[in-house]
Amino acid sequence: MKTLPSVDVVVVGGGWAGLLMAKELASRTGLSIVVLERGKQRETGDYSTSMDELDYSVRLQMMQDAAQETVTVRHNAAQRAFPVRQYGSFLPGSGVGGAGEHWNGVCPRFLPDSFELLSRTIEKYGAKRLPEDHAIQDWGVTYDELEPYYTRADLLIGISGKAGNIRGKKIEGGNVFEGWRSAEYPTAPTKIPYFSALFRDAAKKLGYHPYPNPAATTSEPYTNPDGVSRPACFYCGFCERFGCMIGAKAQPTNTLLPIIQKRTSVSIRTRAWVRRIVHDSTGKARRARGVRYIDEKGEEFFQPAELVFLASWTLNNTRLLLLSNIGEPYKAHTGKGTVGRNLTHQVSFSPATAFFDKPLNRFMGSGAAGVCIGDMDGDVFNHIDLPFLRGGTLLALGLGDRPIANFGVVPRTVKGNWGSEWKRAATFFYDRTGSISFSGEHLAYKTNYMDLDPTYKDHLGDPLLRLTIDWRDNERKMADFIIPKAVEIARAMGAREVTPFPGLRSYDTTRYQTTHVQGGAIMGNSPDNSVVNPYLQHWQIPNLFVLGASSFPQNASANPTPTVLALTYRTADAIVDRYVKNPTALV
Amino acid sequence: MRRREFLTLSAASIGGALVCSLDRKVYRLCAQTNQAVHIPLRFFTESEALVIAGAVGRIFPTDETGPGAQEAGVAIYIDRQLAGPWGKDRHRYTHEPFDDNAPAEFGYQGQATPQQIYREGLKKLKGFTELSPAEQDKKLKEIQGTVFFSLLRRNTIEGMFCDPIHGGNVDMLGWQLIGFPGPQMSNYADIDQHFGVAFRPKPASLQQVTEVSDIRPSEDEQ
Repeated sequence: MKTLPSVDVVVVGGGWAGLLMAKELASRTGLSIVVLERGKQRETGDYSTSMDELDYSVRLQMMQDAAQETVTVRHNAAQRAFPVRQYGSFLPGSGVGGAGEHWNGVCPRFLPDSFELLSRTIEKYGAKRLPEDHAIQDWGVTYDELEPYYTRADLLIGISGKAGNIRGKKIEGGNVFEGWRSAEYPTAPTKIPYFSALFRDAAKKLGYHPYPNPAATTSEPYTNPDGVSRPACFYCGFCERFGCMIGAKAQPTNTLLPIIQKRTSVSIRTRAWVRRIVHDSTGKARRARGVRYIDEKGEEFFQPAELVFLASWTLNNTRLLLLSNIGEPYKAHTGKGTVGRNLTHQVSFSPATAFFDKPLNRFMGSGAAGVCIGDMDGDVFNHIDLPFLRGGTLLALGLGDRPIANFGVVPRTVKGNWGSEWKRAATFFYDRTGSISFSGEHLAYKTNYMDLDPTYKDHLGDPLLRLTIDWRDNERKMADFIIPKAVEIARAMGAREVTPFPGLRSYDTTRYQTTHVQGGAIMGNSPDNSVVNPYLQHWQIPNLFVLGASSFPQNASANPTPTVLALTYRTADAIVDRYVKNPTALV
Repeated sequence: MRRREFLTLSAASIGGALVCSLDRKVYRLCAQTNQAVHIPLRFFTESEALVIAGAVGRIFPTDETGPGAQEAGVAIYIDRQLAGPWGKDRHRYTHEPFDDNAPAEFGYQGQATPQQIYREGLKKLKGFTELSPAEQDKKLKEIQGTVFFSLLRRNTIEGMFCDPIHGGNVDMLGWQLIGFPGPQMSNYADIDQHFGVAFRPKPASLQQVTEVSDIRPSEDEQ
């Protein structure tokens, strides 16, 4: 193993969190920074011929290669786990920009009470209403503390939308249930496709409060405070699982890289596969010393660094902590240990698939263009007489539907899924079908967690990460509550037939849900129940920070990227303002 | 080394049809002529290719709704996919232990690659091309629950609607059938117009839209 010259900062992972940290530190300090990204180099030009549904959306060109490394999944601790042999229910990205390249750009903030979920729920409903085996926790940061950082994330991306609450003043047409914002969105809402417009009008008629979905597929040309300009979205419909060919969708490569590339203090090494965080595990002054990685040719290196950032997404952050023997692994049967606990996904499904008489022209769209309602999110509605806690957002997005993924959906009256009758119906309904989707809160449970798999290994021989995860009553009952509401809206939209979602059963690794997986290295107010402090600094190793949604104690219904960015900004400020001068624990 | 196999198609064998050759040229076969086209195969033998062409033609038939999998070149699409990285499981996690009886929500846990699944599945379709359409449907119904059939069905939809660069969707027949225009550089002026009325731009392929002629599809990866 070759030891490289020491640097001030090493960042593991070149996605939103890692590159934002690199950009902030490079712009505001003189620190030398190395970013290690195990995927390939990427830039906007790479996407000029990427509008190929088969290679990108079906064969998953932009995702981690499951042949090299995947995860295993089981529903409970009594089962043996199966490897996810081809990614399905979530799609971890690879390459510079990470999953931030292939996202849809849906950009909501979390509701204020999400950050104090345990105390607010007890306060309102009493501890008795907390579900059995729950592991719900407060985050150790409040919405009010995070708001300025959310605003910086809004400005970084130029999020398109309509505010519903500016400093407490409710504004009709925006999401009146959202937390306060210090300012209007940087850019106007996106254009609204037909299907979303039908949803907006029907929801309004039924007494809901529709608003345009906040979008990173920016509605107008935008220049951010760093001086980075992006064009307006053209609604080509190739967002999710694709990189944006014109750079209208904010991605790390078009939003952060232009700044990073100007700084000689940062270098990004691609095809650098980090295997261990090297640390001194004895004595009182526990320190990370750097990381061990192998390059494309299989040669192993030790990169010493004064400061280590893990920013390699929820699953790999957790796995690297476990592989490096940092912290105590969580054990479900004793409840002891913190690394790997509070694994959550997102309660994501299509509660109503609607079939219309009129064509929808649904090939046009963008990943985040559409309309939502927040009337059934969080604790916006009273749960006293309901058999579950929390809720989620109903969305009617015009993603730009592509044919391989969407052909073949027919009303339940059509029998079979091949042959002439099916073909006729599927052809007729191809452009007459729209799905209302749901993004719901997934609570944390003692029974949902991550550890190292005892059987399956990656291509280097390291154990895979094992996910023990299943839905529980709270999610199932939430789904049962939402489905008829969505069906009612679909009917009010003029659908001739509606297929309701059959209900959440056991966790299905094959049905794509969302790429929002959280937990494993969660933040909190105490080292007894969390891995990092509210500045995402490791409790025991102060020169190790773990960025990203691995820090979320539980899922909060909305999509995570703006919250990841806000928390990263907050950590960057704490490092620049305090840690650099006095490199010790921030809490 | 594998003997070079060709799929020989004549107008008489499949009726009036469009086929796409490996050099991505579209041939139009007219029922009136005796013209034949020889398409080099990468994975199938000629008789296997004819069985697959027949089977996908029943899954996505040519009928009064419009053209089907035969004209769209779905068998050629599948041949190329099987010969490429997907057919060999190059990007699937293939460590042991495997389990052919895993619950469905954990996905396919077997050891067989798509190439092997097709070779095994083809054994159950011996003599398929000699059967009448009704008998062919009956035969396919018998294997409906198999991994092979679900792959075949999925690949049929892919081959109908993929970009023509992959060998299927010849002449964008699949896209024309459902009114999908292919990749469009901009829908900016139209996204919030045409409400309730079919808006159908003329389909264009990725090569046509981008004017890039050397786009390499994943199945050509070495």
